[in-house]
Amino acid sequence: MGFEVLLKGSNMLRLLEGLSTALNISLISVAISLVLGIILGILMAMHNRVVLFFSKIYLEIVRIMPQMVLLFIVYFGSTKVIGINLSAETASIIVFSFWGAAEMSDLVRGALKSIPTIQYESSAALSLSSFMTYRYIIMPQVVRMLIPLSINLITRMIKTTSLVMMIGIVEVLKVGQQIIEANRTASPNAAFWVFLVIFLLYFAACWPISLLSRFLEKKWKV
Amino acid sequence: MKKNLIKNIKAKKIITGALALVLGASMLGACGKSDAANGENGAQKLKANGKVYRTLDEIKKSGTINIGVFSDKNPFGYVDENGDYQGYDVYLANRIGKDLGVEINYVSTEAANRVEYLESGKVDIVLANFTVTDERAQKVDFALPYMNVALGVVSHKDKVIKDIEKVSSDEQVIVISGTTAETFLEKNYPDIKLQKFDTYAAAKTSFENGTGIAWANDNTEVIAFAKENEGYEVGIPSLGSQDTIAPAVSKGNESLLKWLNDELVTLGKEKFFHADYEKTLIDTYGADYEDTLVVEQGDNK
Repeated sequence: MGFEVLLKGSNMLRLLEGLSTALNISLISVAISLVLGIILGILMAMHNRVVLFFSKIYLEIVRIMPQMVLLFIVYFGSTKVIGINLSAETASIIVFSFWGAAEMSDLVRGALKSIPTIQYESSAALSLSSFMTYRYIIMPQVVRMLIPLSINLITRMIKTTSLVMMIGIVEVLKVGQQIIEANRTASPNAAFWVFLVIFLLYFAACWPISLLSRFLEKKWKV
Repeated sequence: MKKNLIKNIKAKKIITGALALVLGASMLGACGKSDAANGENGAQKLKANGKVYRTLDEIKKSGTINIGVFSDKNPFGYVDENGDYQGYDVYLANRIGKDLGVEINYVSTEAANRVEYLESGKVDIVLANFTVTDERAQKVDFALPYMNVALGVVSHKDKVIKDIEKVSSDEQVIVISGTTAETFLEKNYPDIKLQKFDTYAAAKTSFENGTGIAWANDNTEVIAFAKENEGYEVGIPSLGSQDTIAPAVSKGNESLLKWLNDELVTLGKEKFFHADYEKTLIDTYGADYEDTLVVEQGDNK
């Protein structure tokens, strides 16, 4: 059948370990990206020319460069050019945070920009301080807008971690390929079952995040 | 209002449960992590003079050697159900580790990053079905070869092609785009009509349905195909230039290269690679091709 390869030896455990490797890297990167992205996004919304200039360059680099190229540059390039020997995990966290922060900052900037000026003016007319304006008028709207957008980003980051196999990290998809190949002749149909299980594992990892988003959206509904 | 509250509690329960599952998986990873941590310990300290590799003495002193192998290319380098590396290349790697008296830290490499690994010194030796080419030899140093590869041609049993010249002008030969088989046939036999496919699977299906008279590919591939599938025969087991597969080290790592070459000669004397073939490759390629594929150093001297 093909299903039995999953029960052979420690295959199932290896898949779970692979998933946890992928989740470790992606969740750390997500945390860093959210923090840096929010800070950068707020800076970008402030219309400072210097900030805008540099953030534009940064965003363009992230947009143009495939993540795989970034991984190679950071992992191999850093050793070859400046002689720093990063571990594969560190290199991938750097790359995914670099990418995630850029996307997050753009989302934050967009959300902040979408609040019409009249709201700032109205709250000033009500003699609210600028802190109170942000705390009670702007932020609640921005956060609500950001939830579905950032959930998209987070799940995308989790799924993109499969690229780290290119710098030698054995994550869930790589373990799957290893299992399929090791049983290539004995059970040629193993691929279907292995990928089905990987699909379910990714689903189990990403679904709670979607649930959380739905819960928060409902909770903060106006 | 109350209904909403109950719904909320339910949603919370589901989320907590799901989160617990994810966290549980993360915890499991703690044991998986130790693997990666080992890699860190074995990783080399860089020297100020820009030398990226580790010399033989440095490897021996550290007690660990980093060897890049494939982890999903059965039967050359793969991982078995217990998580252990196996295969023709790994059999050699294990012996190298034993003879050096060091532990082996296996690094899972891909075809596309084997050169990078050596150029950055992140592995000491690559043993990943690495075909010796002039272009690669400018970037890495190859040791003596331990296996042959050439092109091979498989055809249907009822009409076996034994000579590539005999393919007539109205017959087609199947190749996979971007392979050495394609370049070789286009360059040396421009009259032969080629049917090109992007993937192995497409070429296979098409060949099985009889659209082409023969299929040209790496000989290891066609031999394995003929052995796995009934009704096909490899009429030409080796065509064109013979390429070899050899261990590779970082450019300029003389001490390790010399040790490897001496080791390969010693191993050749005890017919090590024949034993390796019989242990790892015989199920895929059969006994007939043992002498075609295996290279022993000191054999021909």
